[in-house]
Amino acid sequence: MSDSPSAPLTTADGVPLKVSLRRASRRLKIKALLLVSPLLAFLIIAFVMPIFDMLWRSVDNPEVSNALPHTVEALENWDGESLPDEPVFAALAQDLKTGQEARNLGLVSSRLNYEKSGMRSAVMGTARRLSRIEPPYKTALIDANDAWGELDTWQLIERESAPYTLSYYLAAVDMQYTPSGEIVEVPDYLQIHLALFWRTFWMSGLITLLTLVLGYPIAFLLANLPARRANLLMILVLLPFWTSLLVRTTTWIAILQSQGVLNDVMVALGVIADEMRWQMIYNKTGTITAMTHILLPFMILPLYSVMKTIPPSYMRAARSLGGKPFLSFRRVYFPLTIPGIAAGGILVFILSIGYYITPALVGGQSGRFITNYIAYHMQTSLNWGLAAAIASILLFVVIVFYMIFNRLIGVDKVKLG
Amino acid sequence: MYNVIKQVAGRRSVRIKRTSLALVGLSALAAAVSAQAETLNIVSWGGAYSNSQQQAYHEPWMEKTGDEIVNIDRSANGLAGLRAQSQAGNVTWDLVDMLPADALIACAEGLIEPLDHDALLADAPDGTPPSEDFVDGALDECFVASIVYSNIVAFNTEMFPEDNQPSTIADVFDLENFPGKRTLMRKPINNLEWALVADGVAPEDVYDVLSTDEGVQRAFAKLDTIKDQVIWWQEGAQPPQLLADQEVAFGSAYNGRIFNAMMSEGQPFEIIWDAQVFELDGWVVPTGKLDKVKDYLNFATDTQRLADQARYISYGPARKSSSGMVSTHADTGIEMTPHMPTFPPNFATAIPKNDEFWADNIDELSRRFDAWLAM
Repeated sequence: MSDSPSAPLTTADGVPLKVSLRRASRRLKIKALLLVSPLLAFLIIAFVMPIFDMLWRSVDNPEVSNALPHTVEALENWDGESLPDEPVFAALAQDLKTGQEARNLGLVSSRLNYEKSGMRSAVMGTARRLSRIEPPYKTALIDANDAWGELDTWQLIERESAPYTLSYYLAAVDMQYTPSGEIVEVPDYLQIHLALFWRTFWMSGLITLLTLVLGYPIAFLLANLPARRANLLMILVLLPFWTSLLVRTTTWIAILQSQGVLNDVMVALGVIADEMRWQMIYNKTGTITAMTHILLPFMILPLYSVMKTIPPSYMRAARSLGGKPFLSFRRVYFPLTIPGIAAGGILVFILSIGYYITPALVGGQSGRFITNYIAYHMQTSLNWGLAAAIASILLFVVIVFYMIFNRLIGVDKVKLG
Repeated sequence: MYNVIKQVAGRRSVRIKRTSLALVGLSALAAAVSAQAETLNIVSWGGAYSNSQQQAYHEPWMEKTGDEIVNIDRSANGLAGLRAQSQAGNVTWDLVDMLPADALIACAEGLIEPLDHDALLADAPDGTPPSEDFVDGALDECFVASIVYSNIVAFNTEMFPEDNQPSTIADVFDLENFPGKRTLMRKPINNLEWALVADGVAPEDVYDVLSTDEGVQRAFAKLDTIKDQVIWWQEGAQPPQLLADQEVAFGSAYNGRIFNAMMSEGQPFEIIWDAQVFELDGWVVPTGKLDKVKDYLNFATDTQRLADQARYISYGPARKSSSGMVSTHADTGIEMTPHMPTFPPNFATAIPKNDEFWADNIDELSRRFDAWLAM
């Protein structure tokens, strides 16, 4: 794209003007890029890569093909309708032997156990007993563990030998494969995730609404009181905001528990009997109360910043033109605060969908969120694939919410200050 | 808003400067220390248990060698931590306190070192080799047990009249005679076993019954009867606290935590030993760390150290040779033997936790348990 002879306009040194301009602006762009490159690198390493890693993990399925390569190969010609023959069992024995020596059977045994209870001891127990196992392997392995004599074990191994799997996503929405490969709902007693997704969303919505109802008047006062009193009020809003999340959460435990401050006061005042103390924590009430309080500043601050820019003369004008107080508020003031409501609303809603410490501490059983199950699968059950699948679904849903929000209100209208 | 942000930003940067200064100072200090002796990062359970290890093993070892021992309270997520460190290629833990079921999985994944017990560990004072001196199941391919602990249900004696105190696991499920909230661990383990025993299954048959679908249904049906009276705990420190606050009448817990609250805080708790679910707990060595910690491991699992630990917490030593040496509690001077899970009157109806059953069924039963809780 350098010297183009057809260009009539050139600079003093003969370079076409267009090219020269492009060069100059490219130089500027590179400079700008260099300035933001630390931030860009940080975002890519700390944000983009983990998200792709998560998406990758939710479908990645290397365990079976890595640990049982010969078995998978031997299963290629299997009809899938009756127990495989001796060569497959011999291949399995060989894989288990290699795996036991290389110590890599743990992952595959966990992977298979997610799909079929009993596979963990089938794999590890058989591998430990392998030195005592003699051909013919078919009878010997079935003798070592019944699971090898069951058709669905082999169907499972064949299905999960694929490099990618949908089974984590299926589990995340309470579905599963049947042994023959159809997708069905899991039995009632195992259904859990869908209900939790739904609960997370409606409770987050309610918390957003509550922060709005509580935060709106406070933001209004902050914006309209004389400076000295407004500053004091601002400190009262910010002090909890600067306090550790854990401190605020545990304070709510001290206040709300059944031997806590609020119940004690109520009993002392004679409002409730001693044995009729209210259960206000370790349930939905606990989660909603504590999270509304914790997230309140995220609603108040954007609202305040918007209200601060609304000249008081607008309301005076509305009133002087004959509007009653409520009408003037509804028709003049309120519409002007919508960007603040939108900013606060989307901020609180998305933050609260992702909360998990507070629900874990004060939510008891009925007040937990889907995020608590992501943490559970990350830390306790160690089923990282399932954790990644649930988290990915949550990510998609947040993106969908954001797009709906953008459609309805418009992100360009959002003001954060 | 702008002012506010400026204020916040101002404060932050001051704080960041201070923190980074402190960090520089700390790392200089750490460098100075490690120049003289080794630093061992030892992962354990925290609370009263870590304290007993501190007193019985860490302090004598530090005094003897000059090594620095750093306690990391991460055993509750020990397996996840080992996996994450191994995947990141930077294992910082030197020794991890872990349950045998997790050790089995970690071993099969190659996260921890296989141990040659007779070569690594100390003989008993009379010369008995470790393989004969440790109790059954205490030495596994990659695992060496240090204690026998027990999952029990305890109650606050002040919450029941003196002439009607609970004594069996069935009483925990009896809301009529023993009303009040209960706190149980938010996991199917132990709860399903206890539900069956309370429903009339003999302790030795529990896992046979649980292996059938009817047995699992029966256990959940029994748990259903107390479900709305249960607060589910997740951290070992919660049940003693809830019992002390009289938020609950009964709480399932590790027996050492309850004992500790009784001794050091004088709490009016009592342990129901009926149908206690006991298991072992001990050490594993992350892959590549064996040379660094083998001397410490030899020291911390010898007969004297295990007997010493029982002076600080009521967990039984995993060595037979230590049992006879268990003496009195370090602070109160009371005899420790009757508070041990293995004391014969406590042990009559004890259930040994079946690791193989749980290794196979934990995934499905946890999910079923969570779904049951959410219903």
